[in-house]
Amino acid sequence: MKEARWRNVFLTIYLIFALLPIYWMVNMSFRTNDDILSSFSFFPKQLTWANYAVIFTDPAWYSGYINSLIYVAINMVISVTVALPAAYAFSRYRFLGDRHVFFWLLTNRMTPPAIFLLPFFQLYSTVGLMDTHLAVALAHLVFNVPLAVWILEGFMSGIPREIDETAYIDGYTFPRFFLTIFLPLIKAGIGVTAFFCFMFSWVELLLARTLTSVDAKPIVATMTRTVSASGMDWAVLAAAGVLTIVPGAIVIWFVRHYIAKGFAMGRV
Amino acid sequence: MLKPVNQKAWWLVLPVIICVAFSAILPLMTVVNYSVQDIISPERRVFVGTEWFVSVLRDEDLHAAMLRQLAYSFAVLAIEVPLGIALALAMPADGWRASATLVLVALSLLIPWNVVGTIWQIFGRSDIGLLGAALLAIGLDYSYTGNSTHAWLTVLAMDVWHWTPLVALLCYAGLRAIPEAFYQAARIDGASRLAVFRYIQLPKLRGVLMIAVLLRFMDSFMIYTEPFVLTGGGPGNATTFLSQYLTQKAVGQFDLGPAAAFSLIYFLIILLFCFVLYNWMQRVGTASAPATGDRGSA
Repeated sequence: MKEARWRNVFLTIYLIFALLPIYWMVNMSFRTNDDILSSFSFFPKQLTWANYAVIFTDPAWYSGYINSLIYVAINMVISVTVALPAAYAFSRYRFLGDRHVFFWLLTNRMTPPAIFLLPFFQLYSTVGLMDTHLAVALAHLVFNVPLAVWILEGFMSGIPREIDETAYIDGYTFPRFFLTIFLPLIKAGIGVTAFFCFMFSWVELLLARTLTSVDAKPIVATMTRTVSASGMDWAVLAAAGVLTIVPGAIVIWFVRHYIAKGFAMGRV
Repeated sequence: MLKPVNQKAWWLVLPVIICVAFSAILPLMTVVNYSVQDIISPERRVFVGTEWFVSVLRDEDLHAAMLRQLAYSFAVLAIEVPLGIALALAMPADGWRASATLVLVALSLLIPWNVVGTIWQIFGRSDIGLLGAALLAIGLDYSYTGNSTHAWLTVLAMDVWHWTPLVALLCYAGLRAIPEAFYQAARIDGASRLAVFRYIQLPKLRGVLMIAVLLRFMDSFMIYTEPFVLTGGGPGNATTFLSQYLTQKAVGQFDLGPAAAFSLIYFLIILLFCFVLYNWMQRVGTASAPATGDRGSA
């Protein structure tokens, strides 16, 4: 089994390459700044939780997480709610211009946010939405709604149409069928969709940073700003970074069986 | 089995259209509006026709950013696609090791993009970072903030680290869809490992590979956050790609007209690639339709 050995060697090397940078940040988050700058070591000699304590006690830091979570949650709820009926329509029926609408949605997912930056800035200033959670949530709809429709459509197409037809023959109305029979069937799909909406809203920086200044400032912006102001506090920066990875790492474990499938449809 | 025609389905799509229209069509119209006017102040604006488009297309800085962008996108593809295929082939097919590998490989995809930048910022510094220190130790005068080649290579390495898993996961899913019978037939024929790859696996991966290539091309084409955090587009302009350049113009200098004209040109390029991608996916979708049906009824 010479080939199997080579495979494992290659895989191990790649995993080291993949995990080392992350490990390095985790390592740093448990050390003090003096320790980081004075000595070079592969593991913290003295484990300290002080960096995490800074984040959990300083409002400038932890409010960033709260702001991010608020707009991500608003965005996730709106995205999934409006995408569900639309995805059903795309997966079950043909109608005038369906392919064109689908393509148009796809283009929004692929458009660089930088293009929308300028008009968003103007639009939200005019309506008085600047520096609110709602502004960021609405702005992120541009790429999350198409994504949600796309993923959900894939999952819905996997459910045989006979189920719908049987339900209608049994006298179910559309809303009742949709809510009581269909939604439970695609639970996994909704979970995966919500996960990706969460993720893409959580990782976005450009729009979130431009549309907020104080009240709704997200953690991603806090990380790029406070750091330069306080003269590179590497240890706290590393701790903040570790904390932003945690939600993704938790959720990925729950959806691990579906992730390959979601990616396989090329819909992410 | 064809889907029935039902025009009432439009009502179900309507909420999505309204949502996306508010946050996409409205802004896009604003961009079109700006691109043909010179806005001196909110009250005074002059119609200038295609002047901004002409000046943007002649902009030397833009040409440079465009070239950098293309070189970067092609470098990304040239490294990530072969590496992704190799990784997919090396990943275990089933059991707990498959789950564990999958999660570990996918991890980098789910890290916020600015944190990806931060991770490499720390990792690459020669005083506190492992990579920087290691390169220094073997005698390289490495600095991603001072040397433009080093900055460029660091951004590239960061992208490989960040996005190769996407290609790998796509290929992994594609490989799992190949029936065992194909491999058995190859064994009976005494096919070599290389022949199996060349004549069984590669053709079956064609669809997902095309999707991977287009997705990677487009996403690298609009890269912003990671270089912004790592190098801020510098040193000089070495890592200023298109999005970065546009943002500098729009928010930094408030050059509304040229920025809007640039946005539209950028948008049209993306639209073209989208069209190609969409048609590919449609074709791949039709080709793999029987397989989807099997899964649905199983």
